[in-house]
Amino acid sequence: MRPVQSTRDDMLARITAALVGADRTPPPEREYGATTPLPDIAVTFAERVEDYRAVVERVAPDGIPAAVAAALSLATRVVIPPGLPREWVATLDGVEVVADQGDLSSDELDRFDAVVTAAAVGIAVTGTIVLDHGPDQGRRALSLVPDVHVCVVHESQLVGDVPESIAPLRDAIDAGRPLTWISGPSATSDIELERVEGVHGPRTLHVLLVGTDHPLPPA
Amino acid sequence: MSGTFIGMPKFQTAAKEALGNSQQRRNLQHATGTIRGKRARVVEELDNWEELRQAGAAIKDNVLTHLDTYLVQLEESLTRAGATVHWAADAEEANRIVTSLVRATGAEEVVKVKSMATQEIGLNEALEEAGIHAWETDLAELIVQLGHDKPSHILVPAIHRNRAEIREIFLREMGQVGTPPPGGLTSDPRELAEAARVHLREKFLRAKVAISGANFAIAETGTLVVVESEGNGRMCLTLPETLISVVGIEKVLPRLEDLEVFMQLLPRSSTGERMNPYTSTWTGITPGDGPQDVHVVLLDNGRTDALADRVGRQALRCIRCSACLNVCPVYQRVGGHSYGSVYPGPIGAILNPQLRGTASDVDQSLPYASSLCGACGDVCPVNIEIPELLVHLRTRVVDEHRGGIPSGEQIAMKGAAWMFADHRRWEKAQKGAELSGRALGKKDTIGRLPGPLSAWSDARDAPTPPTESFRSWWKREKGDQP
Ligand code: SF4
Repeated sequence: MRPVQSTRDDMLARITAALVGADRTPPPEREYGATTPLPDIAVTFAERVEDYRAVVERVAPDGIPAAVAAALSLATRVVIPPGLPREWVATLDGVEVVADQGDLSSDELDRFDAVVTAAAVGIAVTGTIVLDHGPDQGRRALSLVPDVHVCVVHESQLVGDVPESIAPLRDAIDAGRPLTWISGPSATSDIELERVEGVHGPRTLHVLLVGTDHPLPPA
Repeated sequence: MSGTFIGMPKFQTAAKEALGNSQQRRNLQHATGTIRGKRARVVEELDNWEELRQAGAAIKDNVLTHLDTYLVQLEESLTRAGATVHWAADAEEANRIVTSLVRATGAEEVVKVKSMATQEIGLNEALEEAGIHAWETDLAELIVQLGHDKPSHILVPAIHRNRAEIREIFLREMGQVGTPPPGGLTSDPRELAEAARVHLREKFLRAKVAISGANFAIAETGTLVVVESEGNGRMCLTLPETLISVVGIEKVLPRLEDLEVFMQLLPRSSTGERMNPYTSTWTGITPGDGPQDVHVVLLDNGRTDALADRVGRQALRCIRCSACLNVCPVYQRVGGHSYGSVYPGPIGAILNPQLRGTASDVDQSLPYASSLCGACGDVCPVNIEIPELLVHLRTRVVDEHRGGIPSGEQIAMKGAAWMFADHRRWEKAQKGAELSGRALGKKDTIGRLPGPLSAWSDARDAPTPPTESFRSWWKREKGDQP
């Protein structure tokens, strides 16, 4: 077996040889972070998330606990990230709430019905929520294994389209944290192209969009 | 299932057989038609689609023409982030590296995220030979694997199967390798998906090692990106202790910002959605979150050969969206298996002969697996000129067959004869000439034509064609009416 080092050098040498005489093109000029004008960013976001058959509710800041409780009416065991504002889950009645200390195994996580997390960024045009797995979002397994994901997104976290979403995520990437982009619940179209929600990730995505401008009472 | 498709007949033979399979043709027509419609709708929503395509192509060209620099940068960033980087010149070396990494963990099985690169190198077979079970976890890949079948589409590998066939496969096979489907399973897609969920969950929860590819690898930060729908990718990338990713060297993107271009281009071109349900990014090791032993295998396997071809190199821009398959009249009729490779359809017809060379019958036949109608090039989100490349590769096949380097006049005659043999080619040439005519502005003779036409045009001062041919005027005015 050739030493690994030699393959590396061979490959790089092959590339350099392949590019002899090549027109080495520069990166394109592109305005990164360009904003997308939208008449009402929160309305677009809510509509687009709903297009994926996720549940979307718009709530006022003081409406979060009630909306979380309503969304979790069928759950008996709920896991939360260590840094989630505790008042969000303070009014849950008859529900066991466990804050993740990083020691729950995959099997243990599988025995929770639901998870509540915050988010880092919401992308209006694509209806995407991005988690950067900070303390109020928790490690990746939390928002993956339980079947219901209640996600609290603030209107202040919304951006128009994908180009604007990268800048606010850079710090997390530079800090070595992973990202999870979520657009609706888990879904497959592998059987005759018919969309089925819920394969391996959460089958229900419940988004609470929090804003002071257009608060609607929770349903 | 064989990822390497050894012993496949050449395209024309396989296609003839496939044409006799009317069930498969119906399944394919339905599926490709559905995705085509969805794609067209979401692409229309963006008024800067053309600009995005140009940006996508330009970023990839920048990557490809500075690949040595960016790969070294990627290696540095990955290493800094706690990942171990391996370099693999070919399939054999990549398989050897992955097998020994899995062996070192003591695991006897791995869970896999759908990945073209690992299929290309036949990794599952190599692992199986080493006594390691590789479980595909994408629903379509699971159907293909359980059916002892081969994938027939890049995005939906089981596109050729309908629900009744899938139910049969599940009933027959699932119980042999894990949790069987529930009693009374019908062919309702919901029930089938649920059976897959239960079957695979057991495997996800106990897996110690996962293997993935990557859609993108960001040089600046060492971040890998996987785009998916079902959450099986998230399961594999998150729950196991060890993660091994096999990444083609052309997957590099220079900066984090470049992601925005491809995260707009890929889902819309691929599944016809504004965004795919899940995208995961990870940067080496994150303490307390996800695999703590992370490996990246950078794969050549013919890519540097493709890179050396000045014209052919652009095929390495491909982001495997599969849009070109869905619009291809040839693919829609013959299906993916006829191409004898994990890369079927128009992209397969140009990529395979470049990655594998044109020594085999099947690779010689692939550049002819096209009507040159141009739909693939029009739909490609990174502007790969697929028809031009097909013509380029045909010339290569012809030259290699004749042996030795042909004279200019031989090419010229061949090119001209070839061009006049079929009205679509002539139309295509005219289209090319129109474009170059436009590019030449006021010049009154045409310059170099692409592909085999170049020798013909080099020897002549042909008058500049009108800026629009009668045929394309008719097409524009009358649409596709006969
Ligand atoms: S060649 Fe273009 S259209 Fe075809 S799969 Fe690749 S990126 Fe998509």
